Amino acid sequence: MAVFLSRRPSRFPTLPHTVSGSTKHLVLNALLFGLVWLLVSCGAQQPTSSDSAAARTIENKGSDTLVNLALAWAEEYMQLYPEVRISVTGGGSGTGIAAMINGTVNIANASRSMKPEEINAAEENGISPVEFVVARDAIAVVVHPSNPVQRLTLQQISDIYTGKVTTWRQVGGEDRPIVLLSRESNSGTYVYFLENVIRLGDKKSPLLFSPDTLLMPSSEGISAEVRHNPNAIGYDGLGYVTPDQKMLAVARVSARPYVLPSVDTVNDGSYPVSRPLYMYTAGEPSGRVKAYMDWILSAGQSLVLELGFVPLR
Amino acid sequence: MDRLGRVRWTEFAVETLIRVLGFSTIGFVALIFLFLLQQGLPTFFEIPLGNLFGTRWYPTFDLFGTLPLVLGSAMVTILAMAIALPLGVATAVFVREVAPDWAREILKPMIEVLAGIPSVVLGFFGMTVIAPLVRESLGAPTGLTAFTGALILAYMALPTLISVAEDALDAVPKSYRDAGLAMGATQWQTIWQVVVPAARSGIVTAVMLSMGRAIGETMAVMMVTGNAARMPLSLDSLFRPVRTMTATIAAEMGEVAQGSTHYHALFGIGIILFLLTFIINLTASSTIFKKRHRGGLR
Repeated sequence: MAVFLSRRPSRFPTLPHTVSGSTKHLVLNALLFGLVWLLVSCGAQQPTSSDSAAARTIENKGSDTLVNLALAWAEEYMQLYPEVRISVTGGGSGTGIAAMINGTVNIANASRSMKPEEINAAEENGISPVEFVVARDAIAVVVHPSNPVQRLTLQQISDIYTGKVTTWRQVGGEDRPIVLLSRESNSGTYVYFLENVIRLGDKKSPLLFSPDTLLMPSSEGISAEVRHNPNAIGYDGLGYVTPDQKMLAVARVSARPYVLPSVDTVNDGSYPVSRPLYMYTAGEPSGRVKAYMDWILSAGQSLVLELGFVPLR
Repeated sequence: MDRLGRVRWTEFAVETLIRVLGFSTIGFVALIFLFLLQQGLPTFFEIPLGNLFGTRWYPTFDLFGTLPLVLGSAMVTILAMAIALPLGVATAVFVREVAPDWAREILKPMIEVLAGIPSVVLGFFGMTVIAPLVRESLGAPTGLTAFTGALILAYMALPTLISVAEDALDAVPKSYRDAGLAMGATQWQTIWQVVVPAARSGIVTAVMLSMGRAIGETMAVMMVTGNAARMPLSLDSLFRPVRTMTATIAAEMGEVAQGSTHYHALFGIGIILFLLTFIINLTASSTIFKKRHRGGLR
C-alpha cells in the first residue's frame, strides 16, 4: 500500500493542472447516477409488467411437430377472444414438458406421451400433468423424387435404419448407397419412429438406429437433404412433407396392402405409422386454459386438416 | 489540500473501480469453471467409465459413449488446420512480405471482415452450396461430411491464423531480410529460409489459437457434418458424417430434463472440451512465453 501511495504523484504529475477537480467530479457523479438508475429501473420494472401480463397470457411450448398447428390455434383463438394472449414456442416435446415441470408454461405440446420419470419430476414440483389428445399425426417415409422405389414394408424400413440393408438395390432400387436421415435423439418423432418402426412395436427389442444415421437438427434439415440427395431416406410428420419429396407406401407386412399416408388412410387406421399428438396442462385446467382446451377439442379441430394433420374422430 | 484531496479521492475511486472490474473477469471465469465442474462431475460417478468412454452415443437409451464425439471433434479440427495452415501462412507471407503497400492496405481490413461473418451464415452456405458439391464431385453418399465441416472451419480459422502469423512475420527484424538478400539469396529464398523459420514459434501460436477457436465452433459444424455419432476409424471416414462434441451439446441441451444423467453427461462433455481447449491454449501461450524468454523473437 505504501508503495502504491508514494508512486501515485509521479504517475500523474500534471493531473491537477490539466483537469479541474470539479469537472471530474461531475463526470463521475453522472456515471454513478446512470449506473444506479439502470440498476433500479431493471429491478423495479420487471415484476409489475409481467404480473399484469400473466393474468391474460397462456404460455404454450413444446413439440416442433405440433408448433405450426399450435400457432394456428392460438392465432384463431386470439381473433375470437382478443382479451386472451397466447404465446407459442417450439423446441421439442422434451423442452415443452421440462418447461411445464418447471412451471414456466401452462400447456406443453408433445408428440409422445410423458415418460414416467418426467411425471415423477412434475409431481416432485407439486404439478400433476393432465393429458389431452388433440390431433393425430402420421409419419411419412420420404425419398428423393428420382428414387424408383415406391413402397416398403415396416420390416424393410427397420432393416434399412438399423444398417442391415445398405444399398437401394437390396430393396428393389438402383445400385446406390442408402443415406439415413433422422431427427435429433430428443425429438418425439425419433422416439416414436424407433419404437414403432425400427423395433416394430416390440418393447423388449434391443434394436437402435445405425450409428451411420445423420441426426438433423430440424425438419427443414431433413427435407433439404432429401430434396438434394438421391441416396437419402428420411422420415417426418405428414404435416412437414413438402411436394418436392416423394412419400413411400408402407405395409405392415408384405402380405398386407401398401398404403400411402393421407388424412383418409390415417383416419381409417389403414396407414400403419400414425400416432396421437398431446397437450399437457399443469394440473386440471381451469379458467382461461380450460376454455382454450375446450375450444381446441371442439371448434379448433376444423383447423387440423388445413395443416396436414388428422383431426380426432 | 482541498483540491489535491479531491483529486486523490477520485483517483482512488476510479482505480478501485477498474481494479474490481479487472478482477471480476477472473472471478467470472472461475465461477463458470466451478459451475461446469459442479454440473459435469456427477457424470463420472453416475455412468460407469466403460460406458462413458465407449463407442456408442445413444443418450435416450443410457448409452453415453463419448469416444466417437471426441474423435469426431479431433478429426474435423485437425483436418481444418491441415487445410488452413498452408493457406494462412501463404496469405500472411504475401500480405507482409510480397504485396505492395496499397494492396496491403486493402487486404488487411478485408481479412478482418472475414472474421465478422456469422457462423450460422457460413453453416447455411456450407449446407446449400458446399455439401452438394462435395457429394457430386467426390462421390460421397452424402455431402454432410467431416470434410465439409473441416472446409468451413478452415475458412473460419483463417482470419485469426493470418493476422497472428502476420504479426509474427512483422516481428522479424529487417536486418534478417537484409542479411539474406546481401548473401545473394533471392526474395523467395529469403522468405522461406530466413524469415518464415525465424517467425516459426509465432506461427505455431497462430495455429494453436485458431485451433482453439475451431474446436469450440458449434453452429456451422452442426449444420454441415451430418451429426452421426459413428467411430471415425478408417480413412474414408473423412467423407462420412461425424458428430462433434460441441454439436452434441448444442443439439441436445435444449431438450434434456434438468438434473438427469443425460444432462450431467452433456456437461461432462463440456468438461472434456474445456480441458482440450485449455491444453491447446496453454501450448499456445507457452510458446509465446518461450519467445519472450529468449529475448523478443522466435
